[in-house]
Amino acid sequence: MRNRHLIARVYLSLTLVLLYVPIFYLIYFSFSSGKNMNKFEHFTFAHYQTLFQDNRLLAIFLETILLALLSSLIATIIGTFGAIAISGMKKESHKKTTLALNNVLMVSPDVIIGASFLIFFTALGIGLNFGSVLLSHIAFSIPIVVLMVLPRLNEMDMSLIDAARDLGANSWQVFSNVLIPAIMPGIFSGMFMALTYSLDDFAVTFFVTGNGFSTLSVEIYSRARQGIDLEINALSTVMFLFVLILVGIYYFITTKKSRRKNHRVIGGLVK
Amino acid sequence: MRTRKALFLIPYLLWIFLFVILPILLILWYSFTDSNRSFTLNNYVVFFRNGTFLRMMINSFWYAMLITLLTLVISYPAAYFLTKMKNQQLWLLLIILPTWINLLLKAYAFIGILGNNGLVNQFLHLFGIGPVNILFTDFAFIFVATYIEIPFMILPIFNAIKEINPAVIQASEDLGASRWQTFRYVLWPLSRPGVESGVQAIFIPSLSLFMLTRLIGGNRVITLGTAIEEYFMTTMNWNMGATIGVILIVLMVIVMLITSRKARRKKVDL
Amino acid sequence: MKKIFIAIISILLVCLGLAGLANHLEKPTAEGKKQSLIIYNWGDYLDPKLIKKFEKQSGYHVVYETFDSNEAMYTKIKQGGTAYDLTIPSEYMVTKMRKAHLLDRLNKQKIPNMKYIGKSFLHKSFDAENDYSVPYFWGTLGIVYNDKFVKKGAIKNWNDLWSKKYHHQILLVDSARDAMGMSLVSLGYSMNTTSSMKLHLAQTKLDGLGPNIKAIISDEMRMYMIQNEAAIGVTWSGEAYEMMESNSHLHYVVPKEGSNLWFDNFVVPKTAKNKKAAFEFINFMLEPKNAAQNARYVGYATPNVAAQKLLPKYIREDRQFYPDQTTLRHLQVFKDLGPKKTQEYNDLFLEFKMYAR
Repeated sequence: MRNRHLIARVYLSLTLVLLYVPIFYLIYFSFSSGKNMNKFEHFTFAHYQTLFQDNRLLAIFLETILLALLSSLIATIIGTFGAIAISGMKKESHKKTTLALNNVLMVSPDVIIGASFLIFFTALGIGLNFGSVLLSHIAFSIPIVVLMVLPRLNEMDMSLIDAARDLGANSWQVFSNVLIPAIMPGIFSGMFMALTYSLDDFAVTFFVTGNGFSTLSVEIYSRARQGIDLEINALSTVMFLFVLILVGIYYFITTKKSRRKNHRVIGGLVK
Repeated sequence: MRTRKALFLIPYLLWIFLFVILPILLILWYSFTDSNRSFTLNNYVVFFRNGTFLRMMINSFWYAMLITLLTLVISYPAAYFLTKMKNQQLWLLLIILPTWINLLLKAYAFIGILGNNGLVNQFLHLFGIGPVNILFTDFAFIFVATYIEIPFMILPIFNAIKEINPAVIQASEDLGASRWQTFRYVLWPLSRPGVESGVQAIFIPSLSLFMLTRLIGGNRVITLGTAIEEYFMTTMNWNMGATIGVILIVLMVIVMLITSRKARRKKVDL
Repeated sequence: MKKIFIAIISILLVCLGLAGLANHLEKPTAEGKKQSLIIYNWGDYLDPKLIKKFEKQSGYHVVYETFDSNEAMYTKIKQGGTAYDLTIPSEYMVTKMRKAHLLDRLNKQKIPNMKYIGKSFLHKSFDAENDYSVPYFWGTLGIVYNDKFVKKGAIKNWNDLWSKKYHHQILLVDSARDAMGMSLVSLGYSMNTTSSMKLHLAQTKLDGLGPNIKAIISDEMRMYMIQNEAAIGVTWSGEAYEMMESNSHLHYVVPKEGSNLWFDNFVVPKTAKNKKAAFEFINFMLEPKNAAQNARYVGYATPNVAAQKLLPKYIREDRQFYPDQTTLRHLQVFKDLGPKKTQEYNDLFLEFKMYAR
C-alpha cells in the first residue's frame, strides 16, 4: 500500500514536471542577455525594460482583458436568459431542438467557427475590428453559459416559486428574489468559463480580427513567426505571476470556505 | 408573464439565428457556389475526386486520434493517482494552472526546447547522442499538442473516478479480483463518462490546431485546420474552404448521432 | 439583485478604465486629436526609427501592422472592413489589386521625391505609368547555405538542392509562386508557366525534394539559419542579407539557371482614410537619406538611385544583392496569372506540402 502511494507521488510529480518545464524554460531565459533560448548568457532585466516600454504590447494586453470581461458579461446575461427560457419551454421537442442548436458551436472546431463568422461579417458588411472580435467572443461563449446554468434550473425546487407566488410576490420579485439567487452558482461558473474561453481563444480571433486590433494570442503568434524574441519570455513571466496571484487568492478563499462545506470547487476552474 | 418570457427569449433566439443558423447557411451557400457566385457542385466533385483532400481528412483524424489516445494514456493514471492524494485541491490547482498560460506562449516555448541546441538535445548530448532532429517532425507536433491537452483530460476523469464509491473497489479487491481485473471490470466502466467527456474535449480542438502545424510542424503536417486556414486567409478560395468546412460539420454530426444512439441503447439495457 | 447590478456596473467601469488606459498607451503622443496613418506592411520591413522620425516631423500618429504574404494582405483588404492607408504588395499583386479595383491613383504632385527612383525601375509592365505604385525595394530569390554543413561553392544551381546529401536540411520559403517557380526554373520552364502539364511536372519534381525539406516557413527562417538549425534555406535576398550579418558562415547564391526578380511597391488602397498622410509618408521614405537608412536596416536593394550613392561601397557593389546586367537578364518577374491559374499554383503547392516527407 505504501509502495503504491510512492508510485502515485512519483507519477504525479513527473506529470507536473512535464507540465511546468516549458513555462519555467521561458521564464529562465527571460533573464538571459542573449538573443535565443539556447545558452544563458548574463543575467539581465533588459527584456523586462523593453516589455514595459512596448506600449503596443501593453495596450494589447489590456485590450485582451477588456475583451474577455466585456464579452463574458454580455454572454452571461444573454445565456442566462436563454437558459431560463429553455427551462420554461413546455414542449419537449422545442427544448431538444433549441438545445441542439445551442450545442452546435460547442462541438464545432474553432477554425470552422472562425471561418463561418468571417463569411458572416463579410456578408453583412461589418468591418473587422474590435467590434467583430467582441461579437464573435460573445457568440461562442453563450452556449457554455447556457450549459452551466441549465442544470441549476432543472435542479431547482419549483415549489419554491409557487410558494413565493402564494405569498403574493409579483413575477419580478419571484425572478429577482427566488430564481436568480437559486441559480447564481451556475451563472457564476458560466461567466467564469466564458472568461476562460475568451482569454484562451486564438483560432476564431485570428479569422475575424483586423484594422489594428489584436489580442495577445494573435500578437504572440505573429511575433513567434518572426522567431524567438526574449521580450515574449518576459511577457510570459509577467503573465505567470499574474495567474499565480489570482489562483493563489482563489485557493485561499475556497479552502477557507470548503472547511465548512466540503465540495469540489476547483473543478469549475477549467473548460 | 408572457411578455416577460418573450423578453428572455428574444436576445437568445436572435443569437441562435445570427450566429448559429446564418453562418451555417452561409458556409453551405459558399460551398455550393464558385467564385462568380453561380451554383455549382464542382467543389464537392473536386473534394471527392482528388485523393489529396480525402487523404488530408484521414490524416487529420488520424493525428487527432493519436493525440487523444496519447493524452488519455498519460492522463488516466495521473487522474487516478490524484484521487489517492491527501492535498487534492492543491495538486489539482497545480495541474490546472498551466492551462491559464496562453496556449501560444507554450507553443513558443517548445520552439526553443526542441531545437537543435535546445533543452532536449542538450540533455541527449550528455549521453553522447548527437543532435537529433525533433522540431518540425510529426512527433514534435503530436507531443506538443498532447502537452497542451493533458490538463483538459485529467480533470473530467478525476471527477468521474472521485464519484465512484470506494466501497465498490474495496469489494472487488476483497473478492479476490486482481488489480487488472478491478481496473477492467470496475474502475474503467465506472469512470467511462469522464473519459468520454475528456475525449470529446480534446478530439475536436485537435482538428483545428493550425498554429501548431505551422510553428512546431513546420508546415509538414497539414490538417483540415491548416487547409481551411490556407483557403480562407492565403489562397482566398473561400468556396473550397467552405466545402471542407461543410464536410467536417457533416462528419461531426454523424459521429455525434452514433455516440448518442449508443448512449440511448445503454439506457435500455439497464 | 442589487448586488448583481453593482457587479455588472463595476465590471463595466473596469472595462471603461481598461479601454482608456489602452487608448492612452497606444497614442502616447496624442496631444489633442492628431490624425493617424495606418501602414500595412510585411513583418520587419521598415526601420522603426524612421516611423518615429516621421511622427515627429509630420505630427501624424503611425499605426504599423504586418502581414506575412501578399495573399493574406489581399484577403484583408478585399474583405472591405479594413482601412489601411498604405500597403506594400509585390508586383504581381499590384496587378491583381488593380484588376480588383482596390487601388487608388497616386497624386504624383504630392510625391516629388519620385525623381530619385532609377529609370529602370519605373514603367514596368505591372504599372506602366506608375499611376498606382511607387517602387519600395527590389530583390531576388536565392539559396542561403551554411558553410559549416555545406562545402563552399557546392551549391550553384537549383538542381543542387535535390542532392541526397542534404536530407532533412532545407528550409523552404512558404510561398506557392516562389516554391513552384523554383521547381519550374530548374526544369527550364518559365516562372510564369500556365501550362497545366508543365505545372504538374514541376510539382512532381518538387515532391522529389520532399525528403530534403526540414520545414516550410517564412519569416522565422532567419532565426533558424542564424542559429545553425538548418544547412540550406531558400529565401529572398534581403532575408539572406540579415542572416549573413549575424552569422558569417552563411552565403547567398542566385542560381545560374535564373530566378525571380521582384519589386515591392507602395500603394494606397481605395479604402484608405488618410490619403494625404499616405502620400506624405511615401515622399518621406523616398528622401535619399531616409531611403538609405531604411535599406541598411532592411537589407534589400533600393531602387532609389540617390540613396544607393549614400550606401557604403561594399553594399553597393555586392553583386549578390545588386546583381550585374548579365545576371539580371536571367531573372524573371512574376506576372499576375489570373485567379484560376493562381489557384492551380496554390493547390499544387498545398498538395506538395501534404506529401512532403
